[in-house]
Amino acid sequence: MDTLVGIVNYIVFFSITAGIYAILSLGLNIQWGYTGLFNIGIAGFFAIGAYTSALICGPQPGLIDWRVVGGYNMPFIFGLLGGMIVAGIAAAIISLPTLRLKEDYLAITTVGIAEAIRLIAKQESWLTNGVWGINNIPAPVYRPISNGIDGFLNAHPNLPGWMESLIGNGYNWFFLFLVIATLIIFYLAVERIIRSPWGRVLAAIREDETVAQTSGKNVFGFKVQSMVLGAMLMGAGGSLYAHFAMSVGPNDFKPLLGTFIVWVMLIAGGSGNNKGAILGAFTIWGLWAGSDFLVHLLPLSDTRVAALRIIIIGLLLELILLRRPRGLLGEEKGISKLLER
Amino acid sequence: MLQLVIYGIVWGSILSLGGVGLSLTYGIMGFANFAHGDIMALGAYYALVLAAFSKHIGVPSFTFGPLSFGFPMLIAILGSMIMTAITAALIDKVLFKRLRKVQSIILLIAAVGVSFSLRNLLQFVWGPQPKYYFKGIQITRKIPGVAARIKPDEVFIIAISFLFALGVHFFLKYTKVGKAMRATSDNPSLASTVGINTEKIITWTWAIGGSLAAAGGIFAGIENRFITPPLGWNMLLPIFAAVILGGIGSPYGAMVGGLIIGLSEELSTAIIPTAYKPAVAFAIMIIMLLFRPRGLFGRG
Repeated sequence: MDTLVGIVNYIVFFSITAGIYAILSLGLNIQWGYTGLFNIGIAGFFAIGAYTSALICGPQPGLIDWRVVGGYNMPFIFGLLGGMIVAGIAAAIISLPTLRLKEDYLAITTVGIAEAIRLIAKQESWLTNGVWGINNIPAPVYRPISNGIDGFLNAHPNLPGWMESLIGNGYNWFFLFLVIATLIIFYLAVERIIRSPWGRVLAAIREDETVAQTSGKNVFGFKVQSMVLGAMLMGAGGSLYAHFAMSVGPNDFKPLLGTFIVWVMLIAGGSGNNKGAILGAFTIWGLWAGSDFLVHLLPLSDTRVAALRIIIIGLLLELILLRRPRGLLGEEKGISKLLER
Repeated sequence: MLQLVIYGIVWGSILSLGGVGLSLTYGIMGFANFAHGDIMALGAYYALVLAAFSKHIGVPSFTFGPLSFGFPMLIAILGSMIMTAITAALIDKVLFKRLRKVQSIILLIAAVGVSFSLRNLLQFVWGPQPKYYFKGIQITRKIPGVAARIKPDEVFIIAISFLFALGVHFFLKYTKVGKAMRATSDNPSLASTVGINTEKIITWTWAIGGSLAAAGGIFAGIENRFITPPLGWNMLLPIFAAVILGGIGSPYGAMVGGLIIGLSEELSTAIIPTAYKPAVAFAIMIIMLLFRPRGLFGRG
């Protein structure tokens, strides 16, 4: 029974991370899947969301802190919205010089942006506390819930051990609910937007920019909006991450887990398909977490194991591109369901 | 200040070597090869193995005058260039060639995947710790008549990079393959219509780009005195900046761009914190994209 509870608790933890990744993947799907914008600086927007939220909701700088700003102890929702807004503003600024150019330029620029944001996070200690990062970020409504759980456990001292550890994990259940609820809201919103006339213009741009332009659509404007919308979702993912990990630092936003794996998720699930984006996030994160268990059975050092896992994910991406470029689900058809009959 | 110029020229020469290959692949296949930096790192590690191997089989290991290396390292440089060229052409055969028919943007994603896999393959085999081509440090020497110092190894790097640049120039200008490469870069469909075997040209492009990348990676290792798996990835952004500055598809532009980026990065350290060096290259790139996206030598 104890092992079973251990597994359940692990699945809760796993799903929280996968759910946050699903939000990033949805954001990338708006940019790449629906508009064809090649953003490989996801980690940058993710970091902006996380830091903004940490500064808005986090504690004031302590005695040993380097930073001199932030710490307004605001409720989580302000951090989430703030993270989304700042990430969106950053995306708008980046879009202006690059979105008029070929997609390769956008790709290169976004890599640079993500790297520059990581440099700033490392260097500008007055804002980000440098390499030490921002710690003790409050988890949303943590006190009431954990007090409730403690109270319940104190009132029932004779519970079996497995039940105690299951209930003791109650806060993670709440956080999972929060992540899934956010994910569902975003999913429904994106579905709705994509099926609107606005979304159809995005698809037109992805398929043929010139045609969209000729039909009088402001291609550049639509691209900027798509970029900003996607970045806002990535910022939201960052905010949720900061409050779950309760700390952020420059090393949380490296290209591998901040950007590359999100791409693999979207490609694996099927770009241009929101269900695919979410399915891909859970599948690839499952494989990633699972590969940790498996390769640890091999007689290799930890650094080798870490490298091997990344090689496997990289090869998996190439295999998908070669064998199944449409991913698990493929792109969803934009035509009316009635027409298919 | 003059000292920073020297550093800038050395660093710029290394960036140029990386930039030429990247610019050629970009011009001929039309995609930004994000794995180029990691191909440079691969070349650096091939050289490590080859240098050790040639010492092992008894190649005399006395050093050349004031340089910190001798025959084994020269063999390693040449061997690594050949091996990296073959590897790059092989990666193309196995992966990029099959994706080329689909959509050029898919190549970009594939290249990002290759980049991560290759970098971690290096880490898997050699570990994350720095590896050294040779022990000890080299004393800088005074340049006669100038208030700056330079290491003999750095003179070697600048001279050989310049020779390679000349070599690429003559290759593109006078050989049959070189001319065909320029034609393919200008207009791939027209080139294949007049009977140029574009697949062969692409293989050549990978081979030349790969061998120059290897040289760049090794020189970066000689200059830094050590190599690590992320060596090339860390250089990717300045190299891209060099290529965009020079004009995509123009190898000469990449050479000039490399020198300008190298100089600006080093000179910037006089004013801003060294940690922001990579951001300087990036800022130049953005300004260039804003005002002259085709670069200094690019065609419209």
